[in-house]
Amino acid sequence: MSVWVFAEEAEGSPSDVSLELLTKARTLGDVSVFYVGAGSDAAWAMLGDHGATSVHHLDPGDVLPSAGAAAAFAEVLEAEGGEVVLFGAANTDRDVAGRLAARLGNPLVAGALDIDTSDGVSVTSEILGGTKSVTTAVTDEAPALIVTRPKAFSPVSTGGGTPAVTDVPMPDVGRSAATITERHIEASEGPDLEAAAVVVSGGRGLGSAEGFEMINELADLLEGAVGGTRAVVDAGWVPYSYQVGQTGKTVKPNMYVACAISGAMQHVVGMKGSSTIIAINKDPDAPIFALADLGIVGDVHKVVPQLIEALKSR
Amino acid sequence: MNIAVCVKQIPDPATPYELDPENHWVVRPNDQVLDDTDRFGIEVGLQLAEASEGTVTLYSMGPSGSLQGIRQALAMGADKAVLIDDDSLRGSDALTTSRILAAAIEREGFDLVIAGMESTDGFTGVVPQMISEILDVPCLSFARRVDVADGNVTIERQTATGYEVVTSGLPALLGVTAGVVEPRYPTFKGIMQAKSKPVDTLTASDLGVEPHVGQTVMSVTNVEAREAGDIIEDEGEAYVRIVELLEQTKVI
Repeated sequence: MSVWVFAEEAEGSPSDVSLELLTKARTLGDVSVFYVGAGSDAAWAMLGDHGATSVHHLDPGDVLPSAGAAAAFAEVLEAEGGEVVLFGAANTDRDVAGRLAARLGNPLVAGALDIDTSDGVSVTSEILGGTKSVTTAVTDEAPALIVTRPKAFSPVSTGGGTPAVTDVPMPDVGRSAATITERHIEASEGPDLEAAAVVVSGGRGLGSAEGFEMINELADLLEGAVGGTRAVVDAGWVPYSYQVGQTGKTVKPNMYVACAISGAMQHVVGMKGSSTIIAINKDPDAPIFALADLGIVGDVHKVVPQLIEALKSR
Repeated sequence: MNIAVCVKQIPDPATPYELDPENHWVVRPNDQVLDDTDRFGIEVGLQLAEASEGTVTLYSMGPSGSLQGIRQALAMGADKAVLIDDDSLRGSDALTTSRILAAAIEREGFDLVIAGMESTDGFTGVVPQMISEILDVPCLSFARRVDVADGNVTIERQTATGYEVVTSGLPALLGVTAGVVEPRYPTFKGIMQAKSKPVDTLTASDLGVEPHVGQTVMSVTNVEAREAGDIIEDEGEAYVRIVELLEQTKVI
Protein backbone atom coordinates (compact mmCIF):
# COMPACT_ATOMS: atom_id res chain seq x y z
CA MET A 1 0.00 0.00 0.00
CA SER A 2 1.22 3.49 -0.87
CA VAL A 3 0.67 6.04 1.90
CA TRP A 4 1.31 9.80 1.75
CA VAL A 5 1.89 12.14 4.64
CA PHE A 6 1.46 15.91 4.38
CA ALA A 7 4.23 17.68 6.28
CA GLU A 8 4.30 21.40 6.94
CA GLU A 9 7.56 22.99 8.04
CA ALA A 10 7.49 24.55 11.50
CA GLU A 11 10.48 26.62 12.62
CA GLY A 12 12.78 24.89 10.14
CA SER A 13 11.77 21.30 10.95
CA PRO A 14 8.94 19.00 9.93
CA SER A 15 5.92 19.75 12.17
CA ASP A 16 5.54 17.47 15.21
CA VAL A 17 2.28 16.12 13.83
CA SER A 18 3.95 15.06 10.58
CA LEU A 19 6.35 12.83 12.57
CA GLU A 20 3.34 11.36 14.45
CA LEU A 21 1.65 10.64 11.10
CA LEU A 22 4.81 9.06 9.65
CA THR A 23 5.00 6.68 12.60
CA LYS A 24 1.46 5.46 11.86
CA ALA A 25 1.87 5.56 8.09
CA ARG A 26 4.85 3.19 8.05
CA THR A 27 2.72 0.49 9.70
CA LEU A 28 0.31 0.75 6.73
CA GLY A 29 2.75 0.60 3.81
CA ASP A 30 5.40 2.51 1.83
CA VAL A 31 5.54 6.11 2.95
CA SER A 32 6.05 9.21 0.82
CA VAL A 33 5.94 12.77 2.11
CA PHE A 34 4.60 15.94 0.50
CA TYR A 35 6.62 18.63 2.27
CA VAL A 36 5.73 22.33 2.28
CA GLY A 37 8.44 24.73 3.45
CA ALA A 38 12.00 25.84 2.76
CA GLY A 39 13.40 22.35 3.47
CA SER A 40 16.91 21.33 4.56
CA ASP A 41 19.13 18.27 4.78
CA ALA A 42 18.32 18.07 8.49
CA ALA A 43 14.57 18.04 7.69
CA TRP A 44 14.99 15.24 5.11
CA ALA A 45 17.04 13.22 7.59
CA MET A 46 14.34 13.64 10.23
CA LEU A 47 11.63 12.51 7.79
CA GLY A 48 13.73 9.49 6.79
CA ASP A 49 14.37 8.67 10.41
CA HIS A 50 10.60 8.46 10.91
CA GLY A 51 9.97 6.17 7.95
CA ALA A 52 9.73 8.31 4.80
CA THR A 53 11.38 6.74 1.75
CA SER A 54 10.68 9.62 -0.63
CA VAL A 55 9.87 13.31 -0.32
CA HIS A 56 8.23 15.72 -2.77
CA HIS A 57 9.24 19.21 -1.72
CA LEU A 58 7.34 22.44 -2.45
CA ASP A 59 8.72 25.78 -1.29
CA PRO A 60 5.83 28.29 -1.35
CA GLY A 61 7.94 31.27 -0.30
CA ASP A 62 5.61 34.13 0.59
CA VAL A 63 2.55 32.66 -1.11
CA LEU A 64 -0.19 31.27 1.17
CA PRO A 65 0.38 27.54 0.51
CA SER A 66 -3.20 26.19 0.40
CA ALA A 67 -4.25 26.56 -3.26
CA GLY A 68 -0.79 25.98 -4.77
CA ALA A 69 0.07 23.08 -2.49
CA ALA A 70 -3.27 21.40 -3.24
CA ALA A 71 -2.76 21.81 -7.00
CA ALA A 72 0.83 20.52 -6.88
CA PHE A 73 -0.02 17.66 -4.52
CA ALA A 74 -2.92 16.62 -6.78
CA GLU A 75 -0.54 16.36 -9.73
CA VAL A 76 1.98 14.34 -7.74
CA LEU A 77 -0.74 11.95 -6.56
CA GLU A 78 -2.06 11.52 -10.08
CA ALA A 79 1.45 10.71 -11.35
CA GLU A 80 2.68 8.57 -8.45
CA GLY A 81 -0.57 7.01 -7.16
CA GLY A 82 -1.43 6.45 -3.52
CA GLU A 83 -4.18 4.83 -1.50
CA VAL A 84 -4.16 6.93 1.66
CA VAL A 85 -3.14 10.55 2.36
CA LEU A 86 -2.73 11.63 5.98
CA PHE A 87 -3.00 15.18 7.30
CA GLY A 88 -2.77 16.70 10.77
CA ALA A 89 -5.45 19.07 12.05
CA ALA A 90 -3.25 22.19 11.99
CA ASN A 91 -4.49 25.17 10.02
CA THR A 92 -2.41 24.71 6.88
CA ASP A 93 -3.01 20.94 6.96
CA ARG A 94 -6.76 21.60 6.92
CA ASP A 95 -6.47 24.22 4.19
CA VAL A 96 -4.54 21.91 1.87
CA ALA A 97 -6.63 18.81 2.73
CA GLY A 98 -9.93 20.56 1.99
CA ARG A 99 -8.76 22.08 -1.27
CA LEU A 100 -7.13 18.81 -2.38
CA ALA A 101 -10.28 16.78 -1.66
CA ALA A 102 -12.40 19.20 -3.70
CA ARG A 103 -9.82 19.23 -6.50
CA LEU A 104 -9.61 15.44 -6.72
CA GLY A 105 -13.31 14.94 -5.98
CA ASN A 106 -12.31 12.44 -3.30
CA PRO A 107 -13.78 11.80 0.13
CA LEU A 108 -12.23 13.26 3.25
CA VAL A 109 -12.67 11.88 6.74
CA ALA A 110 -11.76 14.14 9.65
CA GLY A 111 -11.08 13.61 13.34
CA ALA A 112 -9.31 10.26 12.84
CA LEU A 113 -7.89 8.58 15.95
CA ASP A 114 -6.95 5.37 14.14
CA ILE A 115 -6.76 4.04 10.60
CA ASP A 116 -7.13 0.46 9.43
CA THR A 117 -6.27 -0.74 5.93
CA SER A 118 -6.60 -4.50 6.39
CA ASP A 119 -9.93 -4.57 4.50
CA GLY A 120 -10.31 -1.37 2.49
CA VAL A 121 -9.71 1.90 4.33
CA SER A 122 -11.57 2.51 7.57
CA VAL A 123 -11.17 5.27 10.11
CA THR A 124 -12.03 5.39 13.80
CA SER A 125 -13.04 8.71 15.31
CA GLU A 126 -14.99 10.03 18.26
CA ILE A 127 -18.07 12.24 18.04
CA LEU A 128 -20.45 14.03 20.40
CA GLY A 129 -17.69 15.28 22.68
CA GLY A 130 -15.88 11.96 22.72
CA THR A 131 -18.84 9.96 24.06
CA LYS A 132 -19.26 7.81 20.93
CA SER A 133 -16.65 6.00 18.87
CA VAL A 134 -17.44 5.72 15.17
CA THR A 135 -15.84 3.52 12.52
CA THR A 136 -16.24 4.87 8.99
CA ALA A 137 -15.39 2.95 5.83
CA VAL A 138 -14.20 4.97 2.85
CA THR A 139 -16.08 3.55 -0.10
CA ASP A 140 -14.93 5.86 -2.88
CA GLU A 141 -11.94 5.40 -5.15
CA ALA A 142 -8.42 6.08 -3.85
CA PRO A 143 -6.81 8.06 -2.47
CA ALA A 144 -8.72 8.42 0.79
CA LEU A 145 -7.87 11.72 2.49
CA ILE A 146 -7.75 11.51 6.27
CA VAL A 147 -7.39 14.40 8.73
CA THR A 148 -6.23 13.08 12.10
CA ARG A 149 -6.68 14.33 15.65
CA PRO A 150 -3.58 15.78 17.33
CA LYS A 151 -1.70 13.22 19.46
CA ALA A 152 -3.54 10.30 17.85
CA PHE A 153 -0.13 8.66 17.37
CA SER A 154 3.22 9.00 19.14
CA PRO A 155 6.31 9.79 17.06
CA VAL A 156 8.97 7.04 17.12
CA SER A 157 12.13 7.12 15.03
CA THR A 158 13.21 4.05 13.03
CA GLY A 159 16.79 4.92 12.21
CA GLY A 160 15.84 5.05 8.52
CA GLY A 161 18.20 6.70 6.00
CA THR A 162 17.79 9.91 4.06
CA PRO A 163 14.86 9.73 1.61
CA ALA A 164 14.99 10.64 -2.08
CA VAL A 165 13.92 14.28 -2.49
CA THR A 166 12.15 15.68 -5.57
CA ASP A 167 11.59 19.42 -5.85
CA VAL A 168 8.13 20.43 -7.06
CA PRO A 169 7.59 23.94 -8.51
CA MET A 170 4.90 26.17 -7.00
CA PRO A 171 2.13 26.21 -9.63
CA ASP A 172 0.40 29.38 -10.81
CA VAL A 173 -3.06 29.27 -9.26
CA GLY A 174 -4.35 32.40 -10.95
CA ARG A 175 -7.03 34.20 -8.99
CA SER A 176 -6.84 31.72 -6.07
CA ALA A 177 -3.47 33.20 -5.03
CA ALA A 178 -2.94 35.00 -1.72
CA THR A 179 0.26 36.51 -0.35
CA ILE A 180 1.78 36.41 3.13
CA THR A 181 3.13 39.90 3.83
CA GLU A 182 4.11 39.59 7.51
CA ARG A 183 4.79 36.78 9.99
CA HIS A 184 4.48 37.31 13.75
CA ILE A 185 5.47 35.02 16.61
CA GLU A 186 3.50 35.40 19.84
CA ALA A 187 5.80 33.66 22.28
CA SER A 188 4.27 31.49 24.99
CA GLU A 189 5.89 31.65 28.39
CA GLY A 190 6.67 28.67 30.58
CA PRO A 191 6.70 24.95 29.72
CA ASP A 192 5.47 23.50 26.44
CA LEU A 193 1.71 23.00 26.72
CA GLU A 194 1.65 19.65 24.93
CA ALA A 195 4.52 18.16 26.93
CA ALA A 196 3.75 19.60 30.38
CA ALA A 197 2.96 17.29 33.31
CA VAL A 198 0.64 19.92 34.77
CA VAL A 199 -1.73 22.16 32.80
CA VAL A 200 -3.77 24.98 34.31
CA SER A 201 -6.48 26.26 31.94
CA GLY A 202 -8.88 29.14 32.08
CA GLY A 203 -12.25 29.75 30.48
CA ARG A 204 -14.57 32.62 29.76
CA GLY A 205 -15.83 32.60 33.36
CA LEU A 206 -12.63 34.41 34.36
CA GLY A 207 -14.29 37.51 32.99
CA SER A 208 -11.34 39.38 31.50
CA ALA A 209 -7.71 39.24 30.43
CA GLU A 210 -6.84 40.59 33.89
CA GLY A 211 -8.87 37.75 35.43
CA PHE A 212 -6.64 35.38 33.48
CA GLU A 213 -3.56 36.62 35.37
CA MET A 214 -4.18 34.28 38.30
CA ILE A 215 -4.13 31.30 35.92
CA ASN A 216 -0.58 32.25 34.96
CA GLU A 217 0.36 32.59 38.62
CA LEU A 218 -1.15 29.23 39.59
CA ALA A 219 0.56 27.50 36.65
CA ASP A 220 3.85 29.06 37.73
CA LEU A 221 3.52 27.74 41.26
CA LEU A 222 2.73 24.23 39.96
CA GLU A 223 5.51 24.45 37.33
CA GLY A 224 2.82 23.80 34.77
CA ALA A 225 1.79 25.16 31.39
CA VAL A 226 -1.10 27.55 30.76
CA GLY A 227 -4.00 26.62 28.50
CA GLY A 228 -7.27 28.22 27.48
CA THR A 229 -10.58 27.50 25.81
CA ARG A 230 -11.49 28.67 22.32
CA ALA A 231 -13.60 31.42 23.90
CA VAL A 232 -10.69 33.06 25.73
CA VAL A 233 -8.38 32.72 22.73
CA ASP A 234 -11.00 34.28 20.49
CA ALA A 235 -11.53 37.03 23.06
CA GLY A 236 -7.82 37.80 22.71
CA TRP A 237 -6.88 37.15 26.36
CA VAL A 238 -4.26 34.56 25.34
CA PRO A 239 -2.70 33.61 21.97
CA TYR A 240 -4.02 30.77 19.83
CA SER A 241 -1.02 28.63 20.81
CA TYR A 242 -2.65 28.28 24.26
CA GLN A 243 -5.87 26.78 22.92
CA VAL A 244 -6.83 23.31 24.17
CA GLY A 245 -9.58 21.49 22.30
CA GLN A 246 -10.91 20.25 19.00
CA THR A 247 -9.35 23.06 17.00
CA GLY A 248 -6.39 23.62 19.31
CA LYS A 249 -4.02 21.34 21.14
CA THR A 250 -4.63 17.94 22.69
CA VAL A 251 -3.04 17.57 26.11
CA LYS A 252 -2.67 14.52 28.33
CA PRO A 253 -0.96 15.80 31.48
CA ASN A 254 -0.86 14.07 34.86
CA MET A 255 -2.86 16.96 36.30
CA TYR A 256 -5.33 19.26 34.51
CA VAL A 257 -6.82 22.14 36.46
CA ALA A 258 -9.87 23.63 34.66
CA CYS A 259 -10.76 27.07 36.02
CA ALA A 260 -14.09 28.62 35.04
CA ILE A 261 -14.42 26.21 32.09
CA SER A 262 -17.91 24.88 31.39
CA GLY A 263 -16.72 21.82 29.49
CA ALA A 264 -18.07 22.37 25.97
CA MET A 265 -17.56 19.40 23.62
CA GLN A 266 -15.01 21.39 21.66
CA HIS A 267 -12.78 21.81 24.74
CA VAL A 268 -13.31 18.41 26.35
CA VAL A 269 -11.94 16.38 23.43
CA GLY A 270 -8.60 18.15 23.90
CA MET A 271 -8.16 17.33 27.60
CA LYS A 272 -10.23 14.30 28.57
CA GLY A 273 -7.14 12.09 28.37
CA SER A 274 -5.59 13.84 31.39
CA SER A 275 -4.78 11.47 34.29
CA THR A 276 -6.36 13.63 36.99
CA ILE A 277 -8.77 16.53 36.44
CA ILE A 278 -9.68 19.24 38.92
CA ALA A 279 -12.52 21.58 37.91
CA ILE A 280 -13.60 24.83 39.54
CA ASN A 281 -16.84 26.33 38.24
CA LYS A 282 -19.73 28.20 39.80
CA ASP A 283 -22.36 26.32 37.76
CA PRO A 284 -23.12 22.95 39.43
CA ASP A 285 -24.55 21.71 36.11
CA ALA A 286 -21.39 22.47 34.10
CA PRO A 287 -20.52 19.40 31.97
CA ILE A 288 -16.88 19.63 33.10
CA PHE A 289 -17.90 18.13 36.47
CA ALA A 290 -18.79 14.83 34.75
CA LEU A 291 -15.08 14.43 33.93
CA ALA A 292 -13.55 15.83 37.11
CA ASP A 293 -11.86 13.71 39.75
CA LEU A 294 -12.37 16.65 42.06
CA GLY A 295 -15.02 19.25 41.25
CA ILE A 296 -15.36 22.46 43.22
CA VAL A 297 -18.68 24.27 42.80
CA GLY A 298 -17.59 27.78 43.66
CA ASP A 299 -16.31 31.14 42.54
CA VAL A 300 -12.99 30.84 40.77
CA HIS A 301 -12.14 34.39 41.90
CA LYS A 302 -12.23 33.16 45.52
CA VAL A 303 -10.96 29.59 45.27
CA VAL A 304 -7.94 30.20 43.04
CA PRO A 305 -6.50 33.12 45.09
CA GLN A 306 -6.90 31.01 48.25
CA LEU A 307 -5.15 28.13 46.53
CA ILE A 308 -2.34 30.42 45.38
CA GLU A 309 -1.85 31.74 48.93
CA ALA A 310 -1.81 28.20 50.34
CA LEU A 311 0.80 27.08 47.81
CA LYS A 312 2.95 30.15 48.46
CA SER A 313 2.96 29.57 52.21
CA ARG A 314 4.23 26.01 51.89
CA MET B 1 -20.33 44.35 -2.48
CA ASN B 2 -22.31 41.13 -2.92
CA ILE B 3 -21.56 39.08 0.19
CA ALA B 4 -22.43 35.41 0.70
CA VAL B 5 -22.39 34.05 4.26
CA CYS B 6 -22.58 30.29 4.90
CA VAL B 7 -24.63 29.41 7.98
CA LYS B 8 -25.96 26.26 9.61
CA GLN B 9 -28.97 25.38 11.71
CA ILE B 10 -27.99 22.94 14.45
CA PRO B 11 -29.77 21.23 17.35
CA ASP B 12 -29.49 23.41 20.45
CA PRO B 13 -25.99 22.65 21.85
CA ALA B 14 -27.42 23.00 25.38
CA THR B 15 -29.45 19.82 24.77
CA PRO B 16 -27.91 16.33 24.53
CA TYR B 17 -27.47 15.18 20.92
CA GLU B 18 -28.89 11.86 19.81
CA LEU B 19 -28.00 9.63 16.89
CA ASP B 20 -30.60 7.88 14.78
CA PRO B 21 -29.93 4.19 15.53
CA GLU B 22 -30.62 3.20 11.89
CA ASN B 23 -28.44 5.60 9.92
CA HIS B 24 -26.29 7.15 12.68
CA TRP B 25 -27.18 10.71 11.68
CA VAL B 26 -27.66 13.33 14.36
CA VAL B 27 -31.37 13.64 15.11
CA ARG B 28 -32.48 17.11 13.98
CA PRO B 29 -35.55 18.57 15.70
CA ASN B 30 -37.96 20.90 13.88
CA ASP B 31 -36.66 23.85 15.88
CA GLN B 32 -32.95 24.24 15.30
CA VAL B 33 -30.82 27.22 16.31
CA LEU B 34 -28.25 29.26 14.41
CA ASP B 35 -24.78 27.83 15.04
CA ASP B 36 -23.23 30.36 17.39
CA THR B 37 -19.95 30.36 15.44
CA ASP B 38 -21.85 31.69 12.38
CA ARG B 39 -22.77 34.95 14.10
CA PHE B 40 -19.20 36.22 13.69
CA GLY B 41 -19.19 35.73 9.92
CA ILE B 42 -22.63 37.34 9.64
CA GLU B 43 -21.38 40.36 11.59
CA VAL B 44 -18.32 40.73 9.36
CA GLY B 45 -20.60 40.48 6.32
CA LEU B 46 -23.02 43.09 7.66
CA GLN B 47 -20.22 45.55 8.46
CA LEU B 48 -18.68 45.16 4.99
CA ALA B 49 -22.08 45.45 3.31
CA GLU B 50 -22.91 48.60 5.29
CA ALA B 51 -19.59 50.14 4.24
CA SER B 52 -20.12 49.35 0.55
CA GLU B 53 -23.90 49.63 0.14
CA GLY B 54 -23.82 45.91 -0.51
CA THR B 55 -26.04 42.97 0.32
CA VAL B 56 -25.69 39.94 2.58
CA THR B 57 -27.18 36.65 1.39
CA LEU B 58 -27.21 33.62 3.68
CA TYR B 59 -26.61 30.12 2.30
CA SER B 60 -27.48 27.01 4.24
CA MET B 61 -27.90 23.31 3.51
CA GLY B 62 -30.01 21.07 5.72
CA PRO B 63 -33.54 20.39 6.86
CA SER B 64 -35.45 23.71 6.98
CA GLY B 65 -37.63 22.77 9.94
CA SER B 66 -39.23 25.84 11.44
CA LEU B 67 -36.46 28.07 9.98
CA GLN B 68 -35.82 29.34 13.52
CA GLY B 69 -32.03 29.47 13.07
CA ILE B 70 -32.27 31.14 9.65
CA ARG B 71 -34.65 33.78 11.03
CA GLN B 72 -32.15 34.45 13.84
CA ALA B 73 -29.52 35.19 11.19
CA LEU B 74 -31.92 37.35 9.14
CA ALA B 75 -32.84 39.24 12.31
CA MET B 76 -29.24 40.36 12.66
CA GLY B 77 -29.68 42.19 9.35
CA ALA B 78 -28.96 39.82 6.45
CA ASP B 79 -31.07 40.60 3.37
CA LYS B 80 -32.22 37.16 2.31
CA ALA B 81 -31.50 33.44 2.59
CA VAL B 82 -31.03 30.60 0.11
CA LEU B 83 -31.72 27.24 1.68
CA ILE B 84 -30.96 23.88 0.10
CA ASP B 85 -33.32 21.37 1.68
CA ASP B 86 -33.46 18.01 -0.05
CA ASP B 87 -34.03 14.57 1.50
CA SER B 88 -31.56 13.08 -0.98
CA LEU B 89 -28.84 15.15 0.71
CA ARG B 90 -29.37 13.67 4.19
CA GLY B 91 -26.10 12.13 5.39
CA SER B 92 -24.01 14.06 2.85
CA ASP B 93 -20.32 14.36 3.52
CA ALA B 94 -18.34 17.61 3.60
CA LEU B 95 -17.54 17.50 -0.12
CA THR B 96 -21.18 17.19 -1.21
CA THR B 97 -22.14 19.96 1.23
CA SER B 98 -19.43 22.16 -0.26
CA ARG B 99 -20.50 21.43 -3.83
CA ILE B 100 -24.07 22.35 -2.99
CA LEU B 101 -23.16 25.59 -1.21
CA ALA B 102 -20.66 26.58 -3.91
CA ALA B 103 -23.21 25.94 -6.68
CA ALA B 104 -25.86 28.02 -4.91
CA ILE B 105 -23.42 30.88 -4.28
CA GLU B 106 -22.18 30.83 -7.86
CA ARG B 107 -25.74 30.88 -9.18
CA GLU B 108 -26.51 34.11 -7.30
CA GLY B 109 -23.09 35.68 -7.87
CA PHE B 110 -20.68 36.96 -5.19
CA ASP B 111 -17.71 39.17 -4.42
CA LEU B 112 -16.90 37.66 -1.05
CA VAL B 113 -17.90 34.39 0.65
CA ILE B 114 -17.71 34.26 4.45
CA ALA B 115 -17.83 31.12 6.59
CA GLY B 116 -16.93 30.01 10.10
CA MET B 117 -14.01 27.57 10.37
CA GLU B 118 -16.06 24.63 11.69
CA SER B 119 -19.61 23.88 12.75
CA THR B 120 -20.42 23.18 16.38
CA ASP B 121 -22.28 19.94 15.64
CA GLY B 122 -20.08 18.30 13.01
CA PHE B 123 -16.73 20.11 12.99
CA THR B 124 -15.17 18.38 9.97
CA GLY B 125 -13.51 21.78 9.58
CA VAL B 126 -12.81 21.70 5.83
CA VAL B 127 -15.99 23.02 4.16
CA PRO B 128 -14.69 26.61 3.68
CA GLN B 129 -11.53 25.30 2.01
CA MET B 130 -13.53 22.98 -0.25
CA ILE B 131 -15.88 25.79 -1.29
CA SER B 132 -12.92 28.03 -2.10
CA GLU B 133 -11.38 25.37 -4.33
CA ILE B 134 -14.67 24.77 -6.18
CA LEU B 135 -15.18 28.51 -6.71
CA ASP B 136 -11.48 29.01 -7.59
CA VAL B 137 -10.91 31.81 -5.08
CA PRO B 138 -8.29 32.35 -2.35
CA CYS B 139 -9.12 30.84 1.04
CA LEU B 140 -8.30 33.49 3.65
CA SER B 141 -8.70 31.10 6.55
CA PHE B 142 -8.55 31.31 10.35
CA ALA B 143 -8.98 35.08 10.20
CA ARG B 144 -8.95 36.87 13.52
CA ARG B 145 -8.96 40.35 11.96
CA VAL B 146 -10.31 41.48 8.59
CA ASP B 147 -9.79 44.60 6.52
CA VAL B 148 -11.25 45.20 3.05
CA ALA B 149 -9.98 48.18 1.09
CA ASP B 150 -9.38 49.07 -2.57
CA GLY B 151 -10.62 45.68 -3.79
CA ASN B 152 -8.21 43.75 -1.56
CA VAL B 153 -8.90 41.64 1.52
CA THR B 154 -6.25 41.57 4.24
CA ILE B 155 -6.48 39.32 7.28
CA GLU B 156 -4.53 38.27 10.33
CA ARG B 157 -4.44 34.48 10.02
CA GLN B 158 -3.92 32.43 13.18
CA THR B 159 -0.88 30.13 13.06
CA ALA B 160 0.49 27.60 15.55
CA THR B 161 2.91 30.15 16.96
CA GLY B 162 1.20 33.49 16.36
CA TYR B 163 -0.29 35.00 13.25
CA GLU B 164 0.55 36.06 9.71
CA VAL B 165 -0.82 38.89 7.60
CA VAL B 166 -2.32 37.54 4.35
CA THR B 167 -3.74 39.54 1.48
CA SER B 168 -5.55 38.78 -1.78
CA GLY B 169 -7.81 40.36 -4.34
CA LEU B 170 -11.55 39.78 -4.76
CA PRO B 171 -13.43 37.55 -5.19
CA ALA B 172 -12.27 35.57 -2.17
CA LEU B 173 -13.47 33.32 0.61
CA LEU B 174 -12.99 34.50 4.16
CA GLY B 175 -12.94 31.92 6.97
CA VAL B 176 -13.39 33.64 10.31
CA THR B 177 -12.70 32.63 13.89
CA ALA B 178 -14.98 33.63 16.73
CA GLY B 179 -12.74 36.47 17.84
CA VAL B 180 -12.89 38.49 14.66
CA VAL B 181 -15.68 40.87 15.69
CA GLU B 182 -18.31 41.23 18.40
CA PRO B 183 -21.60 40.11 16.81
CA ARG B 184 -24.59 42.41 17.22
CA TYR B 185 -27.77 41.33 18.97
CA PRO B 186 -30.89 41.44 16.82
CA THR B 187 -33.11 44.45 17.52
CA PHE B 188 -36.86 44.10 17.96
CA LYS B 189 -37.27 45.74 14.55
CA GLY B 190 -34.80 43.25 13.07
CA ILE B 191 -36.71 40.32 14.51
CA MET B 192 -39.99 41.62 13.09
CA GLN B 193 -38.46 42.30 9.66
CA ALA B 194 -36.84 38.85 9.55
CA LYS B 195 -40.27 37.25 9.41
CA SER B 196 -40.95 38.66 5.97
CA LYS B 197 -37.49 38.51 4.42
CA PRO B 198 -37.19 36.22 1.38
CA VAL B 199 -36.07 32.62 1.92
CA ASP B 200 -35.58 30.70 -1.33
CA THR B 201 -35.57 26.92 -1.09
CA LEU B 202 -33.68 24.85 -3.64
CA THR B 203 -33.01 21.16 -4.26
CA ALA B 204 -29.83 19.39 -5.38
CA SER B 205 -31.23 18.99 -8.89
CA ASP B 206 -32.01 22.74 -9.11
CA LEU B 207 -28.26 23.20 -8.70
CA GLY B 208 -27.25 20.30 -10.93
CA VAL B 209 -25.34 18.60 -8.11
CA GLU B 210 -25.53 14.84 -7.81
CA PRO B 211 -25.82 13.74 -4.15
CA HIS B 212 -22.88 11.47 -3.43
CA VAL B 213 -21.72 9.60 -0.36
CA GLY B 214 -18.14 8.36 -0.37
CA GLN B 215 -18.09 6.98 3.14
CA THR B 216 -20.25 4.71 5.25
CA VAL B 217 -20.57 4.47 9.03
CA MET B 218 -19.82 0.85 9.94
CA SER B 219 -20.34 0.97 13.70
CA VAL B 220 -21.01 3.32 16.60
CA THR B 221 -20.08 2.33 20.14
CA ASN B 222 -20.13 4.13 23.47
CA VAL B 223 -16.79 5.36 24.73
CA GLU B 224 -16.18 4.35 28.34
CA ALA B 225 -16.92 7.44 30.39
CA ARG B 226 -14.57 8.69 33.09
CA GLU B 227 -15.80 7.81 36.54
CA ALA B 228 -17.28 10.85 38.20
CA GLY B 229 -15.23 12.03 41.14
CA ASP B 230 -16.04 14.08 44.22
CA ILE B 231 -18.07 17.21 43.62
CA ILE B 232 -18.09 19.59 46.57
CA GLU B 233 -19.64 22.98 47.20
CA ASP B 234 -17.12 25.64 48.20
CA GLU B 235 -17.85 27.06 51.61
CA GLY B 236 -14.52 28.80 51.95
CA GLU B 237 -12.32 25.73 52.53
CA ALA B 238 -12.53 23.87 49.20
CA TYR B 239 -9.01 24.93 48.26
CA VAL B 240 -7.72 22.61 51.00
CA ARG B 241 -9.12 19.64 49.07
CA ILE B 242 -7.27 20.81 45.98
CA VAL B 243 -4.00 21.06 47.92
CA GLU B 244 -4.57 17.53 49.28
CA LEU B 245 -5.16 16.11 45.80
CA LEU B 246 -2.09 17.92 44.46
CA GLU B 247 -0.08 16.29 47.27
CA GLN B 248 -1.56 12.82 46.68
CA THR B 249 -0.74 13.02 42.98
CA LYS B 250 2.77 14.30 43.83
CA VAL B 251 2.28 17.49 41.83
CA ILE B 252 3.54 19.30 44.93
